[in-house]
Amino acid sequence: MATSTLPSKPAPAACAPARSLWQHQRWLILRRSSQLLILLAFLTGPWFGLWIAKGNLSSSLTLGVLPLTDPLLVLQTLVTGHLPYSSALIGAAIVLGFYLLVGGRVFCSWACPVNVVTDAAAWTRRRLGIKTGRVPDAATRYWLLGGLLVAAALTGSLAWEWVNPVSLLHRGLIFGMGGGLFVIAGIFIYDVLVASRGWCGHLCPMGAFYGLLGKTALVRVAAPNRKACDDCMDCFAVCPEPQVIRPALKQVGQTHPLILAPDCTTCGRCIDVCDKQVFKMTHRFDQRSE
Amino acid sequence: MDTGQTKPASKAPAATTPASVGRRKFINSVAAAAGGGCLLALGAGLYSRSAAALPAQAIRPPGALPESDFLAACVRCGLCVRDCPYDTLKLSDLGDPVPTGTPYFHARSVPCEMCEDIPCVKACPTGALDRELTDINQARMGLAALVDHESCLNFLGLRCDVCYRVCPVIDKAITLETQHNPRSDRHAMLLPTVHSDACTGCGKCEKSCVLPVAAIKVFPRELAQGALPAHYRKGWEEKARHGGSLIGEQVEMPVRGFDGPTAGRQATETVVAPGASGAGLPPAPAAPAAPPVPPPKGVSGLNSKWKP
Repeated sequence: MATSTLPSKPAPAACAPARSLWQHQRWLILRRSSQLLILLAFLTGPWFGLWIAKGNLSSSLTLGVLPLTDPLLVLQTLVTGHLPYSSALIGAAIVLGFYLLVGGRVFCSWACPVNVVTDAAAWTRRRLGIKTGRVPDAATRYWLLGGLLVAAALTGSLAWEWVNPVSLLHRGLIFGMGGGLFVIAGIFIYDVLVASRGWCGHLCPMGAFYGLLGKTALVRVAAPNRKACDDCMDCFAVCPEPQVIRPALKQVGQTHPLILAPDCTTCGRCIDVCDKQVFKMTHRFDQRSE
Repeated sequence: MDTGQTKPASKAPAATTPASVGRRKFINSVAAAAGGGCLLALGAGLYSRSAAALPAQAIRPPGALPESDFLAACVRCGLCVRDCPYDTLKLSDLGDPVPTGTPYFHARSVPCEMCEDIPCVKACPTGALDRELTDINQARMGLAALVDHESCLNFLGLRCDVCYRVCPVIDKAITLETQHNPRSDRHAMLLPTVHSDACTGCGKCEKSCVLPVAAIKVFPRELAQGALPAHYRKGWEEKARHGGSLIGEQVEMPVRGFDGPTAGRQATETVVAPGASGAGLPPAPAAPAAPPVPPPKGVSGLNSKWKP
């Protein structure tokens, strides 16, 4: 966790004369704060007796009134044939509505704890200059998403939850961690040695699910200042889903500068690393380019 | 893959190279993704199947659905754990024998205190803990069983009674059944006896058993309970229900030998019974003390030579 919050130093040192830490790490700092605050909301209760949120990302109750439930989990429960109580259904509807509105994979980069691990792995991979490995097809995650729904229907249980690293890690951080650490370590090693952005970008079925929700996202990254781009490739190097940048930046198949691909996690890291300030955070109707 | 190669070749040989290469690549990647995805999901499914049986020491919270339904309904959020005022409930982690992330408790560590308002059930957002359960005495978390008759102090003829005393459903879930103590032949044994129609499986008996290892333990009901064949009828119950024998009056045969304390035994038979019940106690200490005059075999029930 600590490693990834460190600023990635090499790029700015080479070609960033007058940008402050805040300017070139702003979205990373905001994102890590968001992830940390979400975690802390669950931990102030057990640590200090100050209950903000109870439960975990699978299902929670905030301040005793606001139910939030992972819609993918509720979907799996429905597939097994069990109809959950209304509090779980309402909680799932709220979460579903939020991510449909704001952006599906905002979950991945602003809430999910595994993101910190895989960001750290990607950073390690860049620093070590590892280029080798075998990357699975990016569509594997959609097959896995279908597969876990089929597995839920066939076994009549939430089969994926036995191994789901996302809930394993978040639950482990809040309720105590044991064997789950091996899975998380496995993902880190896989992402460093075998596949760049292998887990979050190619395999994670939760990411795939939230990606499907992202088609209507309001909050989007755009490249309005794209004529200033000097092809330094910093954004491509740091982006967890580099394929989403090209259409907006190089006008491939579109003229507007918006990154509308649902794979984009709206992490804003491209905004941070770009010395030419090509990118900015905006909404999906903002088609202006300078 | 075969279709990807043969189709364009037969239809338009001129355009073969770009189309078939693209198609082959596409089909390859789809096959890899599908194969990988399905394998991973299948692995998870198989793993979940293999770990689906609840281990003997793990007891579910009150109101939990039957295990197979529970594993479909529980989203592993831990809200029941949070609202348990006694920190009884825990969430399992990967590698624990209990399915990952689901709530359970170990009765010997912290038993269920059977709160009357059942906060854990109220906290459950999915119905994995059934809100139909409103009376905690109707909870069936597990079933206690006095598994070790050899070390249970009451079975040794002492008056421990602790499991009986702490039982929240005392005299219904656990009763003390009086039995003749054949070792002393003049005392009673009060045997703690669990009744499955009243035991909630809270585990307070297991928690409070005074032995270093509990002689009474709580198990998931499927483990602890047997079942009679569905067609069995108990004659005495049917008789009571119908107000008389269903097969008419039976001839009562005279029974001999039931008139003394050694009823059913030959007059010369010893009453040192532990061997018969398998308790493995040594023969009564009185025997070596006075061996010559009356051979131990000849000791009658009324004169067992027992000394306090």
